[in-house]
Amino acid sequence: MRYRHLLKTAVIGLRTHKSRSLLTILGIVIGITSIIMVMSLGQGAQDLILKQIASIGPKTIAVVPGRQPTGLTDSLSTFTDSIKKRDLDALLVSGNAPHISRIMPIVFGSEAVTYGNELYRPTLLGATGMFAQIYDIYPEYGRLFTDDEVQGYSEVLVIGAEVKKELFGSDDAIGQKVKVKGRSLRVVGVLPKTGQVSFLNFDKIVVMPYTTAQQYIFGIKYFNRLVVEADNQENVGATVEDIKRTLRNQHNITNPDKDDFFVETQADAMNMVSTITNALTLFLAAIAAISLVVGGIGIMNIMLVSVTERTHEIGLRKALGATNKNILSQFLLEAIILTAVGGAVGIFLGGLFSYLAALVLSQGYGLDWTFTLPLSAVFLGLGVSSGIGLVFGIYPARQAAKKDPIEALRYE
Amino acid sequence: MKIIETVELHKVYANEDVETLALDDITFSIEEGEFVAIMGPSGSGKSTLLHILGFLDKPSAGKYYFNGKEAGSYDQEEMAHIRNREMGFVFQSFNLLSRTSVLENVKLPLLYSKFPERKWNEMALGAIRAVGLEHRLIHVPSQLSGGEKQRVAIARALVNSPRVIFADEPTGNLDSKSGQAVMEVLQTLNMEQGHTIILITHETYTAEHAERIIRIKDGRVESDEKVKGRHLAKESFKK
Repeated sequence: MRYRHLLKTAVIGLRTHKSRSLLTILGIVIGITSIIMVMSLGQGAQDLILKQIASIGPKTIAVVPGRQPTGLTDSLSTFTDSIKKRDLDALLVSGNAPHISRIMPIVFGSEAVTYGNELYRPTLLGATGMFAQIYDIYPEYGRLFTDDEVQGYSEVLVIGAEVKKELFGSDDAIGQKVKVKGRSLRVVGVLPKTGQVSFLNFDKIVVMPYTTAQQYIFGIKYFNRLVVEADNQENVGATVEDIKRTLRNQHNITNPDKDDFFVETQADAMNMVSTITNALTLFLAAIAAISLVVGGIGIMNIMLVSVTERTHEIGLRKALGATNKNILSQFLLEAIILTAVGGAVGIFLGGLFSYLAALVLSQGYGLDWTFTLPLSAVFLGLGVSSGIGLVFGIYPARQAAKKDPIEALRYE
Repeated sequence: MKIIETVELHKVYANEDVETLALDDITFSIEEGEFVAIMGPSGSGKSTLLHILGFLDKPSAGKYYFNGKEAGSYDQEEMAHIRNREMGFVFQSFNLLSRTSVLENVKLPLLYSKFPERKWNEMALGAIRAVGLEHRLIHVPSQLSGGEKQRVAIARALVNSPRVIFADEPTGNLDSKSGQAVMEVLQTLNMEQGHTIILITHETYTAEHAERIIRIKDGRVESDEKVKGRHLAKESFKK
């Protein structure tokens, strides 16, 4: 039997029961839609995070206190206060880590900032003036704080665009004093509107010397992390080793398993994020796939009903010379067309919803979110849905093919 | 040449420990080009015989030669191919596909044939013309009268140019006038185009349109004789 006619016969068979065919594929449509959405949004989220990581450049290395947790039970054994000033000083000794071109300690937290009656709760970042070069953000008005101000525990700060707007409105902020935890700090610079960079929203941030933040605001002696830049990308690996060796010396650690810090390169971070988001996407897609199984059972059910209803037609076709194979292909093809159409509709709807979600996330929430419909998701969707037609269609199609032509012709 | 020959055909239906003998020692033969009626009351076994002759079923014992070849050796697929290539079927209840045009209905056997697709329309048109329904091509069965439906079914049986046409009570669901028209078509196919026709019926009047009547009763051949005073559906046949 010619494929074109086989196809035509199947399509006519399905068109005869339009509303039933539509209801039947609903399960497949929903399943494929959710899989496409999960994959598209998962990819979007991954891209977003990777872009954030990439925004600080491939030469950047982070030194984070505490042990990198290796499992759930391990999460308690972290030491958050293990990186201190003396570690910073040791790394600055050029013999210890010769390829370090920049190093900046960071502390952060959240504190209320007040100016007159206005109150705002920004992210508070304690750093050095070097943050401008590392994150590539320079004050629009005023200046950065100097290294002398860092050494001298100066009560100065640089504020983000949003903070400026909330506290000062259209008034000039430079030179004004704001209060943080009861201490008066002088605004020396205002950052331009930039949005999210490396997980920090620089519009809603207040940056001050880390010394000031440690001493007067947070009351701590340690750093939340050290941001290190190697002199070039080739030396990142060597620098990581230099840092580890220096810090182990400082902390008297001989067994690397007992490290109370960990060193993370941009590549490490990207790998980790990719691993996590891929695992999440896979997990969610697997859940969505359950609805495909349910949809497949629906297809099988309806195909069985259809085979019974059309017993007479099957008998006739057999009497006119259709072989068992002809009948099998006809009903199998009907099932596959049903699921493939369901899959195509699902891909379209999934793409559409993901696009709308991307629109909302980028326009409404200001995220740097781009819509992606991975080609693999499209092929997966089509393949899986057709596969379901094949798997769940084979049993009804075999029932049809097995029918005895005499019995079938007698069936009313 | 013998197109059909049966030798001591038996058919036994086993059903819950009860064995029913549907055909008992059936032996006869039919020449190519003959118009034979197989007659009998309901339950006589004539439908069972038709199923075996039409390759829809196999005998329990005995031999059936179709076109000189013994049928017992064919598997299901070969039987389907022979049904498609060598046989045409006309049923009492027409068995047309609903919501499908006359043209597409007539083309149905071609879907399973080896004829190239480009010839299908021409072949179907030829068959439809032979039953005089060329003005009904795009009608669907629900728009046709009973007699017209049966003529579509005959066109469908003809379309592959089979060697034998089996007509199972073709006038059973028709009024006498439509029945007459159907018999006229069958006689035309037999007398003018040489088709072998095997007609199954329980009505003597219908059976007497054939050249020869094989009477079946209780699964046995009761009589097998030429029709005296054959009914001819069209005056022109009487020449």
